[in-house]
Amino acid sequence: MNEIRILLVEDNEGDILLTLEAFSELKAGTRIDVVRDGAEALTYLRREGKFSQSLPPQLILLDINMPGMNGIELLEHIKSDELLKMIPVLMLTTSSSTADIKACYDRSANCFITKPIDFGKFLEVVQSIERFWFRTVQLPGAAA
Amino acid sequence: MDVVHILLVEDNEGDIILTTEAFKDMQLENRISVVKDGEEALRFLRREGRYKDVSLPQLILMDIHLPGINGKDLLEIIKLDEELREIPVVMLTSSDKDADISECYEKQVNWYITKPIDYDKYTKVMHEIEAFYVSFVPYDKMMR
Repeated sequence: MNEIRILLVEDNEGDILLTLEAFSELKAGTRIDVVRDGAEALTYLRREGKFSQSLPPQLILLDINMPGMNGIELLEHIKSDELLKMIPVLMLTTSSSTADIKACYDRSANCFITKPIDFGKFLEVVQSIERFWFRTVQLPGAAA
Repeated sequence: MDVVHILLVEDNEGDIILTTEAFKDMQLENRISVVKDGEEALRFLRREGRYKDVSLPQLILMDIHLPGINGKDLLEIIKLDEELREIPVVMLTSSDKDADISECYEKQVNWYITKPIDYDKYTKVMHEIEAFYVSFVPYDKMMR
C-alpha cells in the first residue's frame, strides 16, 4: 500500500502530538502534514506560497475549534471549492454537540468523530480509521 | 437503542439478498427498505404516493449502476436537497474506476466502497460499514 497523504488541521499542540503518535502506530504508511488554522489550511490546499510543491491530501482530519476561521467554516469552503470538494473530510473534534454534528453533515463532512481524551481510546479510534478509511473505503485521486 | 432505518437502492436481486442477509447478522438493530431504481428512491425519500408515511432513512446504500437515473445522478440530487443531504450515503458498487470514485466524492458521497464478489468478503465489508457507522455516526442525534 502506498503512503496515504493526510492533512491534519488542528491548533492544539497536545492534540497534534497525540494524533501523530497514534498514526505512527499504524501498519499503514501515512504522511501527515499539519496546519494550525483555517487560513493556512486553504493556503496549503490551494498550493500557494510555501505549499506550492505539496501534493494534495487524500484525506483531511479537521478540528472544529480553531482560532480565526473555525472548522465548520473551513469545511464549507472546502466543500464548495470545485477542486477541493472531492477530498474526504473527517471531522476529528472534541465536540459532541448535536448542533455541530448536524452542521457538519449539512456541509458534507464525510464523517464526524468525537475524539477521546484517553490515548488508548484515541489509538482505537485511529485504528478504526485505518481499518475503514485505508482498507475498506476507496479514497479519491491517488495521483497528484 | 432505536432501530436504524437503512435504504438500499439496488436493482440486482443477488446483491439485494447478499446485503439484506448480511445486515440480519448485525449488532445494530436495523430495518432495510429496498428500492430498485433512482426514481423510486426519490419517491421514497420525498415520501410521495405509497411512501407518504415512511420515515427517512439514517443511512443510504446505493449502487452506481441503476436503471433510469444512475446512482451518481441520484447521489447528486440527494446531496443538493436541504432535507436529505445530511443522510450518510454509501456508494456500494462493483466499479473501482478512479473516474467513478472521484465523481462520487465530488458529488459528496460519504463513503465509496467497491463491493467484493466473494460472499465472505462481502459480508465482512458490511460488518465494517456497521462497525464504523455505530462508532462514528451519531444517528440518534441526527434523527428527526
